[in-house]
Amino acid sequence: MEEFLTASLTKFGSVASAIGIFFVLLGTIFFIAGKFNGKKARYIAITVFVGPAVALLAIGVVIPGIQTILFSFKDAESERFIGFDNYIWMVQDPYILTTMRNTFLWLIFTPLFTTALGLLLAVALNQMRRESIPKSLLFMPMAISFVGASVIWKFVYEFRDGDTQIGLLNAIWTFLGGEPVNWMLSKPLNTFLLMVILVWTQMGFAMVILSAAIKAVPSDLTEAAALDGASGSALFRYITFPMVRTTIVVVLATQVVGALKLFDIVETMTGGNFGTNVLANEMFSRIFVQYDQGKGSAIAVLLFIFVTPILIFNIRSIIKERANK
Amino acid sequence: MSLKVSKPSSGRQIFSSKVAAITVWTITILWTIPTFGLLVTSFRTGDEIYASGWWSAFTSPKFTLQNYKEVFLGGGSESLSDGILPYFINSIVITLPATIFPIIIATMAAYGLAWVKFKGSDFIFFAIFALQIVPLQMSLIPLLQLFTGGAHIGSVTIFPALGIAGDFAGIWLPHTMFAMPLAIYLLHNFIASLPRELMEAAHVDGANHFLIFRKIVIPLSVPGIAAIAIFQFLWVWNDLLVALTFAGGTEEVAPINAKLASLVGQYGSSWTTLTAGAFITIAIPLVVFFSLQRYFVRGLTAGSVK
Repeated sequence: MEEFLTASLTKFGSVASAIGIFFVLLGTIFFIAGKFNGKKARYIAITVFVGPAVALLAIGVVIPGIQTILFSFKDAESERFIGFDNYIWMVQDPYILTTMRNTFLWLIFTPLFTTALGLLLAVALNQMRRESIPKSLLFMPMAISFVGASVIWKFVYEFRDGDTQIGLLNAIWTFLGGEPVNWMLSKPLNTFLLMVILVWTQMGFAMVILSAAIKAVPSDLTEAAALDGASGSALFRYITFPMVRTTIVVVLATQVVGALKLFDIVETMTGGNFGTNVLANEMFSRIFVQYDQGKGSAIAVLLFIFVTPILIFNIRSIIKERANK
Repeated sequence: MSLKVSKPSSGRQIFSSKVAAITVWTITILWTIPTFGLLVTSFRTGDEIYASGWWSAFTSPKFTLQNYKEVFLGGGSESLSDGILPYFINSIVITLPATIFPIIIATMAAYGLAWVKFKGSDFIFFAIFALQIVPLQMSLIPLLQLFTGGAHIGSVTIFPALGIAGDFAGIWLPHTMFAMPLAIYLLHNFIASLPRELMEAAHVDGANHFLIFRKIVIPLSVPGIAAIAIFQFLWVWNDLLVALTFAGGTEEVAPINAKLASLVGQYGSSWTTLTAGAFITIAIPLVVFFSLQRYFVRGLTAGSVK
């Protein structure tokens, strides 16, 4: 216990001093930089305000990104260039192809389910009087880590030999007359059961964003249409849906990027075994378990290639938005 | 961003209020049951957990705090003999600086890009915006190598070996770097919409950029900064990839979320350990979430809804 206390005190001490040093440094820089006048002052202000962020991004994201591209053309120890070998390996290795297929399944299904369910709930919540409690509860999984969510769902999917089932899914399944199933071993259902976890955590995000968009639809518009005798489904098709379409696209795009990078759930639930592996998990195990930097980097680059269409779409929409201002 | 709230009108709607309420409550119950089941289980004894499903705990209530005691202080299962408390402390030690540093640096950059316009400021803003969706995976290996070995051209060292891999600083720094794009983008939206007259008046009165930043920009941006700080706090607390890459799994630095992940994969960790461990791990984020939900929602919507 005493050992633990001293260790913890040291840790908190390092936090306090790190934060202290940070603020003293910042204060000093602000003080000195504030002394300058005239044209020089502007350049110093630009450097002080924007410099640190640009340096962090250059050292932490841009340069490493370029290095990863270079590594992907090298061997396991990054000692010599081997051309496109790592990429050729990726499209030929049956295991990687299965992993890629799984990633595609995640990319297609989780954004669709998450967004559709989020939209349904956003529309329904808009017509409820006391929406705050269900909204909070539906949104809550957003605050839970993927690891925590995995533990929660691992318990739902728990399988035991014999008569007593302590996992909810098997309890319901056997109650309905089925034989107990080891869900995590049943291909390809297990991949979809893992997707449920991602949908469970992300649906609240889609719901909250779409809910805000639906509330922003001018109410006179819906009321006028209702007065003209539009039916419920017509209201949705011709007014609500078109008004929130841009937001739906944003939510879908966010989910696609999220599904692509997904790593924690697969790592925690199955470790990528039983045919559930995805690229982000495979990349991690190539580098840190099999110590193959070349292949690991090539998978990272592949992930990057998959997000580029969304990247281009995002940049185009922000440029358009700027032009409209 | 101003949202006009439309009250449910008496006229025709997409579907009736009753159908809406039934749909919402059905899904809400479905959505809450898994967490609730785990919470109930965490208060049951080991024997009970394996003898019957958690739903039967209500017919013969018998609850205990033993699981929490064992997980917190140790002495329970082999996989967690020293207890989870050191990892909990590590999470706090990691999360505080990894939230404060990036938020301040990003606020500065957002102000610089929005109000000290210069040639290239638009380009930098677009570049930062684009970097938002570059997968983290692209940076991991080279960054880890940089921390352990530094960078050299021939025999000239252009970046010293910081030797901070496996140290707290080695986790704060990558979190700070990776937080930049989203934080700058969201804060830029917020800070750019501050009133122009205010800034001009301050300049006329002789205030320099540093004074304006401290006396005007920071106080007026508190709601935006708070929203993004909560977001970043949850992100760091819940992160696994950065923690595994830069911290490893040791008691000295590994955060609680990484510890929980390793417990799941280990033989000998029973549901008594896992259920209580999971709840200790998600307790802080849930408290933060429920008490500051309003800010959190604002932070989310600011980025996605115009």
